[in-house]
Amino acid sequence: MSLELLRDRTSERRVVRGRLGVAALIMLLLFTAIVARVGYLQVAQYDYFASRSHDNRVRLAPIDPTRGLIRDRAGRILAENRPAFSLTIIPEQAPDMAVLLDELDRLIDLTDGERDAFMKARQRARSFQEIPLRLQLSEEAVAELTVNRHRFRGVEVKPHLVRHYPYGKTGAHAIGYVGRINQDELRRGDRRRYRSSSFTGKSGVEAFYEERLQGLLGVERIETNALGRPLSVLDREPPTPGEDLQLTLDIELQRIAEAALGDYRGAIVALDPRTGGILALASQPGFDPNALASGLDREAFRALSNDATQPLFNRAIRGRYPPGSIVKPFLALAGAADGLIDPDETIFCNGRFNLPNVSRTWRDWKPEGHGHVDFIQSVAQSCDIYYYELAHEFGIDRLHEWMTRFGYGSDTGVDLPGERTGIMPSREWKRQNLGEPWYTGETINTGIGQGFTLATPIQLATSTAMIANRGQPVRPHLLATADAAPATIEPLDTIENALWDITVESMVEVVHGPRGTARAIGEGLDYRIAGKTGTAQVIGIGQDEEYDEDELDQRFHDHALFAAFAPVASPRIALAVLVENGGSGSTTAAPIAREVIQAWLSTTR
Amino acid sequence: MNWARDGVNEAARRASGSLLQRVLRVDAPLFGLLALLAGIGVIVLYSAFGNRIDPVQSHLLRLTAGLVLMLGLAQVPPWRLAPLAPWAYAGGLVLLAAVFIAGESGGGARRWLDLGVFGFQPSELMKLALPMMVAWMLSRAPLPITFGRAIVALSLIAAPAAMIGLQPDLGTALLVAAAGLGVVFLAGIGWRIILALGAVVAAATPLLWVFGMQDYQRQRVLTFLDPERDPLGAGYNIIQAQIAIGSGGIFGKGWLNGTQAHLEFIPERHTDFVFAVLAEEFGLLGVIAVVTLYAAIIARALWIAREAQDNFSRLLAGGLALTFFVYTFVNMGMVAGLLPVVGLPLPLISYGGSSIVTLLAGFGILMSIHSHRRMWSA
Repeated sequence: MSLELLRDRTSERRVVRGRLGVAALIMLLLFTAIVARVGYLQVAQYDYFASRSHDNRVRLAPIDPTRGLIRDRAGRILAENRPAFSLTIIPEQAPDMAVLLDELDRLIDLTDGERDAFMKARQRARSFQEIPLRLQLSEEAVAELTVNRHRFRGVEVKPHLVRHYPYGKTGAHAIGYVGRINQDELRRGDRRRYRSSSFTGKSGVEAFYEERLQGLLGVERIETNALGRPLSVLDREPPTPGEDLQLTLDIELQRIAEAALGDYRGAIVALDPRTGGILALASQPGFDPNALASGLDREAFRALSNDATQPLFNRAIRGRYPPGSIVKPFLALAGAADGLIDPDETIFCNGRFNLPNVSRTWRDWKPEGHGHVDFIQSVAQSCDIYYYELAHEFGIDRLHEWMTRFGYGSDTGVDLPGERTGIMPSREWKRQNLGEPWYTGETINTGIGQGFTLATPIQLATSTAMIANRGQPVRPHLLATADAAPATIEPLDTIENALWDITVESMVEVVHGPRGTARAIGEGLDYRIAGKTGTAQVIGIGQDEEYDEDELDQRFHDHALFAAFAPVASPRIALAVLVENGGSGSTTAAPIAREVIQAWLSTTR
Repeated sequence: MNWARDGVNEAARRASGSLLQRVLRVDAPLFGLLALLAGIGVIVLYSAFGNRIDPVQSHLLRLTAGLVLMLGLAQVPPWRLAPLAPWAYAGGLVLLAAVFIAGESGGGARRWLDLGVFGFQPSELMKLALPMMVAWMLSRAPLPITFGRAIVALSLIAAPAAMIGLQPDLGTALLVAAAGLGVVFLAGIGWRIILALGAVVAAATPLLWVFGMQDYQRQRVLTFLDPERDPLGAGYNIIQAQIAIGSGGIFGKGWLNGTQAHLEFIPERHTDFVFAVLAEEFGLLGVIAVVTLYAAIIARALWIAREAQDNFSRLLAGGLALTFFVYTFVNMGMVAGLLPVVGLPLPLISYGGSSIVTLLAGFGILMSIHSHRRMWSA
């Protein structure tokens, strides 16, 4: 107690009070620091954090536009969009991807191809983007997944539209097909149109008119919570649907043309010579565009691309073949126009042709020769000797110039992707491509459409239409509204009408004359067809290729060709038929052409 | 000691204030400030819980329990409380030891004792028992504190702090240590010793890093230094909290309109990170208001310590004020990105835990100290 009394309570109180003051000061400073820090975040950094907070909760979800429909000339739908259910996965929402895929596999049997495609797509997508696993679920699979929904976090079964081609294989090479956009297309493509899961035209009209068919993506701004679960749609910019397209194609004629080719490999291009509108464009073998559009897996696609018969190869616009005798009426016309030949004058064909000072003998396809032939008979009987001589008189330079005027060696400018240009050889062409000078003997071969000459079926049809039009070229096209599109070559208006008449008459003689090479198809018609047969030698089989005997024989068969237009009085159809290894033009190609012409003229009379 | 219980004259009775203070022993300014803060807390929590009223009701229940304990402790005069300090401290240590042996683990740490009816965290008791113990011990000799007593005091602090730290509960250990150290500081420990202690702590930090910290604690520190190094993992909380705060701006997004809070971007938004919800919805103005409120409560507590009439009361009141400050500062600092994440709630606003009851109990002691003065003159 006495000790207590001795304590200096005032000074002790001062000690504590002093420290309380110091503490108060420190605390005030630290509280100020808190306010300063919060003020820094909320005032100085406000814009940054406000936008981060906005980005946090708002997700942009693209909405696919509806792809435009494709109709044929009669309004029949060739390509449409059908509802289907797809299975997509949002990786960031799936707790364990491997487990999830295994469980899905148990339920709906995933193929390796589907897994591969999924893993690939997953690598390039961001974790919150949905990645398709299967595009078309069966009804049972939809039911199974819906019932078991709670077990699959991150899995969504969504209705969407799938491209569908009601006529299947028919017209597939003309219409084309859509497929999932690849990385390259995505990079080059318009960002307003595509996202990683978009479809895009891969061939045919689908590819050529991609921009018009595709439309523009819409976008939905979706508010999501921290788990990415969509809570509400903040606003929505609707997609712009793609444009519907009408084609000049007649799907019924197309079906007939493909049926007429039967099991042959080959191509048919039929067009309206007045406009260039393509009525049928067939390439055999074909493919089922529905299988490709529904996200056919890789293996099946590889099988299609590796097929030796090349079903994905559009022979009508990409196949290049020696035109053979198809060139004869063009050359005769050119010779007459140039005054090299008098149409009435005959030459004597003994089946053999020699050049001065050249030991080689050129033979006619008919060993004994055709006897006396004039312009008309040279075309009708397809006399080679007549053209050996004509070509020799022309020389390669003028021959090249004339054939080029008819469209040989040029693009037709058809509205399909991937058209290849044929070859109309010249001195310059040979020097550039083979590094060799031109030999006179090669001019002789060129005179019967052999040698270096190559043409696509569409170019042959287009050049044939030019004869039907008496010199007016057309631009072949599939889009109905493209009728007025200018041709890629100039009109030939310097040739007098009489010469056109003779040329047409010579082609009529091919079908209707007593000695015409295609007289077999001329019977029983109540209109006349002007045509020309062609038989092209198959060349370029490598010495080191291996094949069995049957295959070899078959592949050595000549390509059969026939080009024609009808009716002669006022042509409504011009076409070229090519049958690979079909033998001769008169026996294989001409009857096919007749079927197509007959079908078209009987329905459009 | 001469407790002047009977010598209360009329003047002293008048000076002792209102009816509230005389009968309920409640300090009106402190009570008003606490009620205001708790009220704001309820409003913020309702939003943080996504407009659900149920958890808010259970929060109110805890506040009520704290209120009862506060009123109860306010009735206990300091001269009754002081002799209890060693017992409370010893009991606390025993219970902490018991946690190690029979504790309930939750979230990877053993913190709880299951008492059948309710879980009990002995560390909560220690938050009050330790400053009481240190204040009691130091008030038995003249101030300023001597070096020898400082050593004793530091040992008294180190024992429970270490035991809590090993549970492991770094936040509470820090808080308990701060409560004890605050008392030592107020007792006038020499600045040289403070500097020396600071140097020791600085030197021990690398050792603490290697030997004293759990892996997750090290992660927290690393993440604090650079939250973006793991934006979806450990840094997520910090980043999202700062986005919430920053996007609040000066005026805030408005009550119930915080997108970060309502879309569940802020983790632990109703407990440790509730400050982010507050900052997001009420903006800088709301933050300033709440910080001012905390500062006012601390100022009132410091005033009570200043006006206290004996060393035990002075030291204890001051220690409690400092503890409350550390609590507030560490929580706000961690949410605002000034301090590493340590699991401490925002006092009187955060939901749950026994912390709210302990805090109010502490304020009960403060009120007792203030309302019993003059009757306890030397």
